[in-house]
Amino acid sequence: MVTSITSFGRSGLYDWLIQRVGAAVMAAYTIFITIYLMTNPELTFEQWHALFGQLWMRVFSLVTLLSFISHAWIGLWAVLTDYLTVRLMGNKATILRIFAQMMLGGVAITYLVWGIEIIWGFN
Amino acid sequence: MLKVEIYRYNPDTDKAPYMKTYEFDTQGKDLMVLDVLEQLKAQDESLAYRRSCREGVCGSDGMNINGKNGLACIKPLSECVKNNKLILRPLPGLPVIRDLVVDMTQFYDQYKKIEPYLQNDTPAPAIERLQSPEDREKLDGLYECILCACCSTACPSFWWNPDKFIGPAGLLQAYRFLADSRDLATEKRLSNLDDPFSVFRCHGIQACVAVCPKGLNPTRAIGHIRNMLLQSAT
Repeated sequence: MVTSITSFGRSGLYDWLIQRVGAAVMAAYTIFITIYLMTNPELTFEQWHALFGQLWMRVFSLVTLLSFISHAWIGLWAVLTDYLTVRLMGNKATILRIFAQMMLGGVAITYLVWGIEIIWGFN
Repeated sequence: MLKVEIYRYNPDTDKAPYMKTYEFDTQGKDLMVLDVLEQLKAQDESLAYRRSCREGVCGSDGMNINGKNGLACIKPLSECVKNNKLILRPLPGLPVIRDLVVDMTQFYDQYKKIEPYLQNDTPAPAIERLQSPEDREKLDGLYECILCACCSTACPSFWWNPDKFIGPAGLLQAYRFLADSRDLATEKRLSNLDDPFSVFRCHGIQACVAVCPKGLNPTRAIGHIRNMLLQSAT
């Protein structure tokens, strides 16, 4: 058992499941939007506005956004712990990795808040 | 004449590793890579590599042959030589002791972690612990591993985290004991694997499957471990 306190859920299984479920949600959202755009070639602003005015679409969009954020967090954590390691770079790697994770976390939270504002903040 | 390039490094005399080129006359025969090495060693005694059974059973002569890990003793030249050139390097990712000989400590440390032995505290029967033919069949494709390290040293996740990721060879053996009907330590084995590194560093790229000289499939075994973890935790 390897201890890790910086991963998303601290359990490999939990992170893996979140990422897989999130991937399915994002795939479903992409397919839905693609089909919607293809079946509405003359799409107007009013139609688009009405689509996002519905509760189910806002929930679907928010769940997709949460899936995207968690997916990115878990994936980038894996990339950082591959390349910024004490084994490869010495002790400075830990500080560098925590800093990089804080930056990525800040970007993720910004996108999340911004996304929520876009989805829920208009009438 | 076949051009053979071999990675050479003797820490006592060389400042850095280098590639040495040899000319080799195959006399039109489709030799195994190990045969070539044996004949070159007769000319150049300083050349170092591991070998033992020379028939793909002991797993000693794992090396990188023209860019792909394999066992020198069962790899014919016809399957690996390109443009009349044979390039031999040590298994990637592990520290080099000398020439084609690598330090396997990290590999064995990961193997040790999965406790590769049957665990059953119930009183042993008079003769042996029996298994149904169906249960025995579940071990096929798992027990045949010879621990040559070709798979783990072909895995990028093992290159980056050899101290944390068990690696395909260790995980194949972990599943070999998880799948064994006679082993009773399933819960303990699974709880030892449920962290973000031990199993879940496998991203399923199947480099291990592509190089296994015994034709085994560690990626499939890792998938079974994931399913077992999922079933026990949900």
